[in-house]
Amino acid sequence: MNLHSIWAIYRFEMARSVRTLWQSLITPVVSTSLYFVVFGAAIGSRMPPVEGVDYGAFIVPGLIMMTLFTTSIFNASFGIYFPKFTGTIYEVLSAPISFLEIVLAYVGAAATKSVVLGLVILLTASFFVDLDIVHPLWMVAFLVMISAAFSLFGFIIGIWAKGFEQLNMIPMLIVMPLAFLGGAFYSVTMLPAFWQKVALFNPVVYLISGFRWSFYGNGDVPVEISLAAVAIFFGVCLAVTWWIFKTGYRLKS
Amino acid sequence: MKDTNMPGDPIIAVRGLTKTYEGGFQALKGVDLDIRKGEIFALLGPNGAGKTTLINIICGIVTPSEGTVTVGGYDHQKQYREARKLIGLVPQELHTDAFESVWATTNFSRGLFGKAPDPAHIEKVLKDLSLWDKQKARIMMLSGGMKRRVMIAKALSHEPAILFLDEPTAGVDVELRRDMWAMVRKLRESGVTIILTTHYIEEAEQMADRIGVISKGEIILVEEKADLIEKLGKKELRLSLQEPLSAVPPELAEWKLELGQDGHLLTYTFDSQAERTGVPSLMRRLADLNIGFADIETRQSSLEEIFVNLVHDQNAGQNADQTADASLPDGEKDSRP
Repeated sequence: MNLHSIWAIYRFEMARSVRTLWQSLITPVVSTSLYFVVFGAAIGSRMPPVEGVDYGAFIVPGLIMMTLFTTSIFNASFGIYFPKFTGTIYEVLSAPISFLEIVLAYVGAAATKSVVLGLVILLTASFFVDLDIVHPLWMVAFLVMISAAFSLFGFIIGIWAKGFEQLNMIPMLIVMPLAFLGGAFYSVTMLPAFWQKVALFNPVVYLISGFRWSFYGNGDVPVEISLAAVAIFFGVCLAVTWWIFKTGYRLKS
Repeated sequence: MKDTNMPGDPIIAVRGLTKTYEGGFQALKGVDLDIRKGEIFALLGPNGAGKTTLINIICGIVTPSEGTVTVGGYDHQKQYREARKLIGLVPQELHTDAFESVWATTNFSRGLFGKAPDPAHIEKVLKDLSLWDKQKARIMMLSGGMKRRVMIAKALSHEPAILFLDEPTAGVDVELRRDMWAMVRKLRESGVTIILTTHYIEEAEQMADRIGVISKGEIILVEEKADLIEKLGKKELRLSLQEPLSAVPPELAEWKLELGQDGHLLTYTFDSQAERTGVPSLMRRLADLNIGFADIETRQSSLEEIFVNLVHDQNAGQNADQTADASLPDGEKDSRP
């Protein structure tokens, strides 16, 4: 394991987000606060509790997840796409570093940022609603696992993307709708029976459900299934990444 | 091309290297090349000849279709860690991280190549490249020449045994070019092997120990620079005669003249470096013999011409002399396009 190389990339990536601290931290905090003002205070005060949880508190896990999905993808995809775009990727490709180490460094940095951001949003949320987290360790575990999985997913998008538009396409066109429909703001059990079945095809349901379970002790699906969903998603992304480096897809000609 | 006198094992050995890109373009057609330890090797070739592809394959950026490369005895694919640690690469394009500082980006490169931090070494590299007072500057604030220095600093940050310079002085001012060559010489003295590509043939002449010419994906010549210089020192004096001669008069035998164009052209080849070129005495003798000429022209067979001819010959196949003759630009070599 080439620790110096991993550390060099990791630190480079972290330095990049420190430079852009405003965008990477303040913006999500502001937008999350707006969600709480609108959904938590304005609408939430007129909503009955969901599964025994105040609506304002109920949406916290979903909100964190949504931000986690998009920022993980954005950070990781941008992190690898930008060197491709500027050409500085030559240095990483010519360095004595394995594909696993490259992934560890880039995805690790992106996931770190997402975890920090998730915790910051959690902190922000605690100013608006009373939070009582039932399984704090599982909460952190979900935070880390899902950040890592989506950062890996973002890394793949960054390699696949041929332009900046494509970087935004997948998160905005697929991930956001899936997250919205995946029970970020409601419980799947609130849907009509037919749509409940449809919702189960949405992989994001399992992720949000697992995360919400760590907060309130119950989710839309059993937590074991949520964990399995995270593992499968992570495994698929890992396999794709492995294939990318094996073939040099859009990295090496 | 085979090297006849190879002292010790080559530090880079390229065997049967081919590369066909996805679109079907064959960039390399079976390249064999040995780079000797500690030499400066200049690779010349027209655009699209495969110079950069060759370098990128050795450095691990492009995957070869066939063939092997060993660097310092390590297979560049199976033992890529060992092989790549030996190499510093300065690519042709100025790929830099605009927002990073000079210090940070150089330090990053050292870490990326698996070396423990060594501020003293980074300081030395930056000072050698006159970048020390810019160490805190963001790269985007630097001029093109400064960015080029930064690229070199990055390549030297991990103390490579082999340095690749792909078109290092393209678009670089005279002063920086001079600095750069001084640095290259210093590096060579410290035992670093240097492979460079350049369009400035004077540079190859001044710097290189050996010169290789690549064209259309094939190495068509590898020669000691000294051998090429011998061909280089030659200058031609061409006299267009008013009256054609049937043969070179015996009085002119000592100049070993050549007669061409149905007796209309007298060509005298001489060594421009020599103390006595023989030109003034030839002119006097011609006047004595009453041989009048309508026009006079001198030309130097530069490395560039040799190079252009080589490439041209390869394109035209056989019939080298005629095609070479036709392709020669008039006048001095500064008439390069």
